[in-house]
This record gives sequence, structure tokens and C-alpha cells, in this order.
Amino acid sequence: MLLSPETRARMKRNRPLQVGGAMLVVLLLVIGFGGAVFPADPLAVDFSTALLPPSLDHPFGTDDMGRDVLARVIAAGLVDMEIAVVCVVLPFVIGSIVGLVSGYAGGAVDAVIMRIVDVFWAFPFYVLVISIVGSLGPGIGNMFLAFTLVTWISFARIVRAEVLVVKRLDYVAATRVLGYSHLRIMFRHVLPNVVTPAIVFMMSDVVLTILAVTALGFLGLGIQPPTPEWGVMIAEGQNFILDAWWISVFPGLAIVWVGISFALIGDGLDDLLRAKG
Amino acid sequence: MTLLRHALGRSLQLVPVLIGITLIAFFLLRVMPGDPATLILGSRGTPDEIAALTKRLGLDQPLWRQYLTFLFDLLRGRFGQSIVYRTELGPLILERTSATLQLVGLSTAIAIVVTLPFALLAALRKDRFLDQAIKVVFVVVMSMPAFWLGILMVMVFSVHLGLTPVSGFGEGLVERLRHLLLPSLVIALGTSALTIRTLRSSLIAVLGADHVDTARAKGLRGSTVLARHVLRNSLISTISVLGVHTSWVIGGTVVIESVFGIPGLGSLLVSSISARDYPMVQGLTVTFAVLVVLVNFVTDVAYAIADPRVKL
Amino acid sequence: MSEPMTDTAPLLEVHGLSTRFPGHAGRVVTAVDGVDFTVGRGEVFGLVGESGSGKSATCRSIIRLFGGSRAAIEGRILFEGRDLVPLGERAMEEVRGSRIAMVFQDPMTALDPTMRIGDQIAEGLIRHRGLGRAAALSEAVELLAGIGVTSPAERARAYPHHLSGGLRQRVVIAIALACRPRLLIADEPTTALDVTIQDQILKLLMRLRDETGMGVLMVTHDLGVVAQTCDRVAVMYAGRIVETAGAIDLFEDPRHPYTRALLAARPSPEALGTRLTPIGGDPPDLADPPGGCRFHPRCPIATERCRVEAPALARFGTDRAVACHLATGDLR
Repeated sequence: MLLSPETRARMKRNRPLQVGGAMLVVLLLVIGFGGAVFPADPLAVDFSTALLPPSLDHPFGTDDMGRDVLARVIAAGLVDMEIAVVCVVLPFVIGSIVGLVSGYAGGAVDAVIMRIVDVFWAFPFYVLVISIVGSLGPGIGNMFLAFTLVTWISFARIVRAEVLVVKRLDYVAATRVLGYSHLRIMFRHVLPNVVTPAIVFMMSDVVLTILAVTALGFLGLGIQPPTPEWGVMIAEGQNFILDAWWISVFPGLAIVWVGISFALIGDGLDDLLRAKG
Repeated sequence: MTLLRHALGRSLQLVPVLIGITLIAFFLLRVMPGDPATLILGSRGTPDEIAALTKRLGLDQPLWRQYLTFLFDLLRGRFGQSIVYRTELGPLILERTSATLQLVGLSTAIAIVVTLPFALLAALRKDRFLDQAIKVVFVVVMSMPAFWLGILMVMVFSVHLGLTPVSGFGEGLVERLRHLLLPSLVIALGTSALTIRTLRSSLIAVLGADHVDTARAKGLRGSTVLARHVLRNSLISTISVLGVHTSWVIGGTVVIESVFGIPGLGSLLVSSISARDYPMVQGLTVTFAVLVVLVNFVTDVAYAIADPRVKL
Repeated sequence: MSEPMTDTAPLLEVHGLSTRFPGHAGRVVTAVDGVDFTVGRGEVFGLVGESGSGKSATCRSIIRLFGGSRAAIEGRILFEGRDLVPLGERAMEEVRGSRIAMVFQDPMTALDPTMRIGDQIAEGLIRHRGLGRAAALSEAVELLAGIGVTSPAERARAYPHHLSGGLRQRVVIAIALACRPRLLIADEPTTALDVTIQDQILKLLMRLRDETGMGVLMVTHDLGVVAQTCDRVAVMYAGRIVETAGAIDLFEDPRHPYTRALLAARPSPEALGTRLTPIGGDPPDLADPPGGCRFHPRCPIATERCRVEAPALARFGTDRAVACHLATGDLR
């Protein structure tokens, strides 16, 4: 992507984007290389080292089965981030296309699609995700499916609203006169001008998704033990919260870290892209 | 009565949404692995028994007939049989609904109490230190998993300070409030992160509106202008987005009820999924969606009453 | 300090008024830059200029209302002999609505959409005259009747969106006049209205001036409004007054090149069919105004001196002042 000098200058002043971006880089470095720098096995059970408080050997302490909490938090990060990214990108792609077609086509197509969106909108996010994953059974594939089914509607709504605005602009009418096909107009001329708010929403959707994915793990409906996962780890530590707070607290802080970085990036992008107009 | 007509018109628009909800809930049960009859009888069922139950449940009928049967049963208040409890779902769900509504009610009340002062402060100090600080604090709050925050709060308030019970529902008004306080607070904090943003931008828009200058030009006190002309207008425009937040509050109960052991719809949903009680999951999904639709309907009518510009 | 005699002092005396707003990226916009003028009792004083000339900021400085943005005011604003600038917000609240009132530009947005008309008028009466709600409401109905609103009791129960633009502006005027102010600030009171309604509203304002003897500060960019209503006029350009004169003098013998350009740009009935002379160029950036005379980049007769030296507002005769190096010579 080419950045104009003006955009660059605005990025320099954009504190949320800088802080959020830096937090994300730190997160990715830790997830990517943390295992190499701190080579403890996140799955190695050793009851002789159970429930040790944080120390130099075990910076985040150990859990009830003697596993190193830091190693598990790092390993879980890879699992959670992978799920979160896929569970946001899939609905983004599908929802944006549906919104694009719905807004561009208008008429009956639009009416039908929007009624479907209304119906999905009636289900609380958590209820639908939990019901679908719960019914299909735990597993990463089912989680992808559940989140896609639940969150495409947000992207469809956002993109459709933008399309309705852009459709009236002169340049779209001009492309019609030039005899371009509808497909070409939609994807080459309309899509690039409507996708920005959806990208901004994607950032806050990462926050919602990481919270829901870990909630599923916490409730025992998502990723299954012994695979390290932040929600699962918090649930495992719940019973030891009084004697070994570190088992639950550190994975929770990791989730907060992810949430803050994406929330800030979303805020920053919103400022940056909206100012551009 | 024009208000009545408005409400009636809106409720007619709800019919397709409600039908859609039952469709989704219906197919939720069909896409599950294994056929319902086998699931209900479990491993004890003989092939004969399974065949008999399949016939009794109408599972040998074509899909569209099954759906119509399901729909008309729902209309008569028959949600089906729970596999775990082996009784009609309706009364069970109804009993649990009350607990969830109490939790939702208290959460909403706390959310309002938290939202008003912070949104006002942020709007009045726009882009200054206090505004930025409130923003940062609630970005952090929003990023906290509710179940994790719940556990931490139990550790601090219940175990160390002994102020509130660890879990459960409590009997009598005072006990009930004590039991519901922490879970409501957790849900309310998460919700406030959203509502503060909405109300803040609405307040900023109204603060710069011409009619606020007119009010000040009358010589009204600053606090009077704020309460009577700024806040009132902002709250009315906030009502229209309240439905989204309420959906969030209702969804939030699912996880929180499980953490705090509150006998509501959410904890029932989670335990039913673990117990593979699929008819119950189906019934609860419909119930949740209907609750959201009803709340949206009520906010819609409330908005029509509050804003004189809505044509009744 | 002792209060000066309020009977002998002019209604409003503005001395060296400067108003600054925070602009983008830490810049400061000086919207009003050292303005002096006086408004007498019962006088209609016009403040004329293009948008962005600082005329609106000047009148908003007097009543200290800036639509939610922050502004720093310097100078002296003597109202009935008392300086308003050092007053606290509480003291200003006492003055607003009771002694100084304001009529706003756009009647479509100047009324609270969620409150009945009668209540909006009554608010000021309850605040300053200590009336009960019922008494204030019935007086509000009388006020509406007094400014020619038909079926006033019914209108008082209506919400703003039920009324036409012209009617709403009458309501805005009723709100302003509720407590019989001594000074009425009218900020482009007819700009947003249809031509026929404009005329009605201006006539109404003139009638009310005659009846109550209040002074009116009429802010407008429309020289037609000036001709119809004003006794004296100040022309503003880029935050400064460039010319003050009696209204008739201004039209018959404009002295400042900017005033002349304004008059030339004005569509008049006699000039119909002839070519308008628009003023070339754009108004200056008030965060970084040009040096010397601020009009020199657009002035057809600017000299080297105009580029470097800012002209002072020089008096001509008793009632006339011009800020231009080239406007020398006797006046009639």
C-alpha cells in the first residue's frame, strides 16, 4: 500500500495506532520466538514442581501439574491468535461480499438478505456461538464455522450501508455508462471505496472474538485440555485461585493485552481513515 | 390511539423475524451429529425402541412437516422434552428466565449509573486529560474477559474482604441483591465501555448544537442547560441504540451465570450443551432470541414515546 | 470599584475587543482583532462582512456563547457602563436573557426539538422573573400573540418540527424578547429564510425596537438588510473593522475599497442585467493573516505602504471612520 506523505505525517501523531501497533508487535514476537528464547515444554507434567510461585526458573510460576505457566501462556497465544484471526477474516470476507451484493443489487435481493440479517441479529452473540459450537462439538473447524455464521452479519450491515452511499456517486454511474459488467463495477470500483469501515470494525471484532474463544475454552466447550489455551488455563486455575493466583491471572492478562492492542489499533485506524474522508 | 397503532405496526414487522428465529433453532437441532432419537435414548435404546421414538417424534416425516409441527408446538407453548430432566421444557425455561431477567435488570441499572457520570465528564472535557483517561480505562475494561474479571472480583470482594457471597442466588430481597451484585457489576462494566462511547459522542454533538446556545442565551444555569437540554436530547438518541447493548447484556449473562452459579437461562444452556440435551439447547436458543426481540420492541416503543419527532 | 452612572453611558461600548479560538494543530485563530464600536439606546447598529470576517465572533463575544468551543476574550465590553469581560460565568448567566438577548441564524436548529414551544419561551421568564410555570406559560402565549402568531395557545403546545421556518424564527424572537432585554443581538436573523418571510421578520424586529426602545446589534452579510434596518454600520474584514458610517453615508459614499467592492458585488434592482463585480480572491486565513492592511492582497488600489503598514481606523467628521491609507480627503 502506498502511503502519501500526509498520511505518514498523520500516523506520526496517531498515538493509539502507535501504542496498539507496538503492543501487537511485542505480542507477535513473544508468540513467535518466545518458545525459542524460553524453551520450557508447555505440556511436560511434573508433580514435584506443582504450584510453584513465580520465580526466575518459572517467571509465571507453575500449575497444579507442575507445567510452566509462561510456556503455556506463550503456546496458548499461538492457538488463540490463530483461531481469532481466522474467525475474523472469514466473516469479514463473506459478510463484505454479501453486503456488497445486497447493497448493489438492491430491490428484492437486498430485502431478503436484510431480513436474514435481522433474524441473526436477534440472537445474542454468545448464545449463538455457544449453541453452534456446543451442538457441533468442540474442534477448531467447528469454531471457524460458528464464528463465521454469527459475525458475518455485522460486516454485511456495515458494507451495505456504505454501498448505498457510494452507489449514488457520479463515478459509479459513469462506469455504468462505459458498459462495464456489474461484477467489475462491484469489485473494482465500489468495493475499494466501501471496505474501510469494515476493516476498522475488524479490529474491534478481534477483541470480541478473542473474548468469546477464550470463554468457550473456559466453559469447556472450545479447545480441549491438555492443549494450552488461555480460557482453559483460567478455568484450570480457578480452583487454586487462593493459593496459586498466577495460574489464572497471567493468561487473563495475556487476553487483556491482545484486547487493548487491537482496540487501540481500531481507534487509531478509525481516526486515520476517517480524517482522510 | 396512535401509540397503540405504532406498537401494533412494529409488532407485525416482528413476525418474519420470529419465524426466522424458529427456523434457525430448528436447523440447529438437525445439523447435530447423530439422530435425535438415538441421542434421547442413549446407548440403552434397542433398535425397536429407537424406531418407535423416531415415529413418535415425527422424525420420519419430511423436513418441512417436522418444522411446521415444531412451530405449532411452540405456539402452543410446547417446547418439547428435555433429555436430562425428562419433563416438558416450558416450565423449566420459564423458571430460569426470571433469574436471568433479574440479573439483566440489575446489570442495566448499574450500567446506567456508571455510564452517565463518565460519559458526561468525558464529553465536557473532550480531548483533554480526563476524557483520554476515561477512554483508556474503559478500553482496558472492555478487553477483560468477563469470566476472568468475575473470578478476580470473587477473590477480592468475597474471599479476602468477605463482602459478598462467592456464588449462588440467595433468598429474600437483601440476600438476592448481595448475590447478584458482583455478577451484575461484571456485566455492567463491560456494557458501560460501549454505552459510555455512544453517549459521549451523542453528548458532544448536542453540546455543539444551536439550540443549546439558545438555551444558554436565555440565561439558564449551566447545570439546567445540561440536564434539561443536553442530557435529555442525548439520552433520547441513545435509546435507539440501546437494543444492541441489551443484546450484549443478555449474551453476557451466559458466561457470568456459569461463573457465579446463578440458576438462569445461561448456566442452563451451558450445562445442557455439556449434557447433550439438544431439545433444551434448541428451546433456550429460541427463548434468548425472543427476549432480545422483545427488548428491542420495548426500546422502540419507548423511543417513539420519548422523541416527539417520531410520527406516531 | 463604583458602578458608573448607567443612564448616561451608551448602551454598549466595545473597546479593543480581541477573540481567539484554538485552531488545528495548536494554531491560534484570532477571529476578532482589536475591534471598537458603540451601540446607542434604541439604535440599530449593523455589523457587515463576508463569512469569516469575525462579525459573528464579535457578537458572540458580547454574550459569551461560542457553541461549545472555547475562546479567549480580551478588551473591554461596557454594557450600560459595566464591563462584561471580567464577569464570571454565574454573573453572565444573570445578564443573558434578561439584559442582553440573542436571535440566532437558523430557526430550524435553534429550538430544542424535544421541548414544547411554550415551555421554551417560559424558561427564561421562570429564570429571570421568578414566575411559576403556569404564569410563565400564559405570558408565553401573550408574547406569541404580540408578535403576530395566529392561534398562539395552540402553537405554544406544539413542538418545533410542527412549525414552518418563519414561524420558528418568530418563536426564537419571542424567546429573546421574553424578559424585555435592553440589547438584542441578531446574528443573521433572516439568512435562512425565504425572501418574503425575511421582510416580515425584519419589520417585526423594527416594530419591537420602536416599542421597547432596545438597542439592536444586527449582524449580516446582506447589505439589503442593512439598508432596511440599520442606523449606523461597521464593515468588518478579517477580524477588524475597516469602516464605520451612518447607513445612508455608507451606501452613498463608501470610502474603504472593501466596502466599495461589497457594494459593487451587491445585486440591486437598478443593476439587474448588468454584470456583478465579485470580489476577487479569498478571505485570509485568520491563524496567519497577511501583514500590513489585511485587504491588500485583494485590493485593486493597494500600494507598497499597504503591504507593510496596517492602517489605523481614522476618524472623519463626527460619525465616520475608515481604516485605509488611501481614504484621505474631506467628507461631506
